[in-house]
Amino acid sequence: MLRYANPARFMKLSSTLVPWLGGLALVALAAGLYLGFAAPPDYQQGDTVRIMFIHVPAAWIAMMAYGLMALASLIGLVQRHPLADVAAKAAAPLGALFTALGLITGSLWGRPMWGTWWVWDGRLTSFLLLLFLYLGYIALWNAIEDETRAARAAAILALVGAVNLPIIEFSVDWWTTLHQGESILRKGGPLIASVYLWPLALMALGYTLLFFTLWLLRIRTEIMTRRARNLMLAGEA
Amino acid sequence: MTALILRDVRLAARAGGSAMLALAFFAAVATLVPLGVGADLRLLARIAGGVLWVAAMLAALLALDRLFQADFEDGSLDVIALGPLSLEQTSFAKIAAHWLTTGLPLTILSPLLAVLFGLPSQAIGALFLSLLIGTPAVSAIGAIGAGLTLSIRRGGLILPLIVLPLLSPAVIFGAGTVLSALDGLRNGALPLLTAFSFAACVLSPFATAAAVRLNLGS
Amino acid sequence: MSGFAAMGDYAAYVWPAYGISAIGLLVAAVLVLRAHARAKAALARLGVKP
Repeated sequence: MLRYANPARFMKLSSTLVPWLGGLALVALAAGLYLGFAAPPDYQQGDTVRIMFIHVPAAWIAMMAYGLMALASLIGLVQRHPLADVAAKAAAPLGALFTALGLITGSLWGRPMWGTWWVWDGRLTSFLLLLFLYLGYIALWNAIEDETRAARAAAILALVGAVNLPIIEFSVDWWTTLHQGESILRKGGPLIASVYLWPLALMALGYTLLFFTLWLLRIRTEIMTRRARNLMLAGEA
Repeated sequence: MTALILRDVRLAARAGGSAMLALAFFAAVATLVPLGVGADLRLLARIAGGVLWVAAMLAALLALDRLFQADFEDGSLDVIALGPLSLEQTSFAKIAAHWLTTGLPLTILSPLLAVLFGLPSQAIGALFLSLLIGTPAVSAIGAIGAGLTLSIRRGGLILPLIVLPLLSPAVIFGAGTVLSALDGLRNGALPLLTAFSFAACVLSPFATAAAVRLNLGS
Repeated sequence: MSGFAAMGDYAAYVWPAYGISAIGLLVAAVLVLRAHARAKAALARLGVKP
């Protein structure tokens, strides 16, 4: 795995991977969308159940992205490898985007049921805090001028956040049961009808592939930008 | 280490700023919220735990960006780093000093402000205890943020953004403690707060030291 | 067809949800691809193939 940590090897590998991942993503999304709209409306939620197909995948990716970011940060801190730092940096805005999409779709999904645009449900509240964690991380990267310092500071922040996230989720869950007695947003529980399971799985797959496509592209962009910058500086020397 | 703590406390006291500023901010929020929300003491009593906890937390964060800044700028942080104390111990000392000059005074003032919110006596006691146990966590986690933003010129703006989400469990459990006393129910908030605070105080010096180290290094 | 568009009277929620998600992802993809192309062009101008 660490063989690909060599930037040149990474560039080569990613140049073959990216078109495939992107293509498969589009196929999965198209199939998921078709099945999602072909499925019958839910007994209780009606047609709003279709929002689940774009809300749940966004939420999953938001969490996965943070996990990847934290892992890359750890590798970057321990191995001091710049590729890991770049990977972490590249994941953050994507993670923030998916978190925001998760929040917006969650709000729209709940509005017909709750009657309000927002509810301090455990899941949404944790998500809001996750969004702030992402924004703080991005802000830290942007605020520190020295690249290496920024990478290390952001890595520490990502890891502190990663350790804190389960605690935050636990405390929000505890808080929800304290104030509402039961979680309001019940997403169909463990037994989702298979007619919904397929579109959900396909959309989740599509979202995942899309994330990886965009992530690899962002890492490539950063590598190329740094290389160009180094070449120009060397040219001037 | 005691010497370092005492030195920092003395410095903070001389600067006069931080404790007074924190207390003033705390009192200001406690006064303004009822003005904004209305004089219904039953409502105020229910929101008191949350409002006072948030106010105390923000007040404690006010002086945070100066935790390492002054020593960093005049070079004494480098001297301290080379000294007999490890950076972890130094961080712990700074966290302790910060708590003694902000968290502790805020805790002591809190019963007075709780009266403004019509909290009954057991709830006031719960608030006091929760702040006493919880504000060290605010100093501890805040210190990590202070270390990370050391080299940033206007780092004071980023600091709350980084630190506040990490402190949400403290607010949740702290205010929950007050609610538990208000409702007469045992909801486990205080033990959870204690665990959180303890973990934060034990682990934070390592993260803080790592953050300071990377800023001193390059 | 209007039955489909109406989404059982929930149209005001379902379509904006899909719309915002689509726009968000599309804009992200466009920005990422453009930045990628720009970086590649910058390297090409310096005479290097990535």
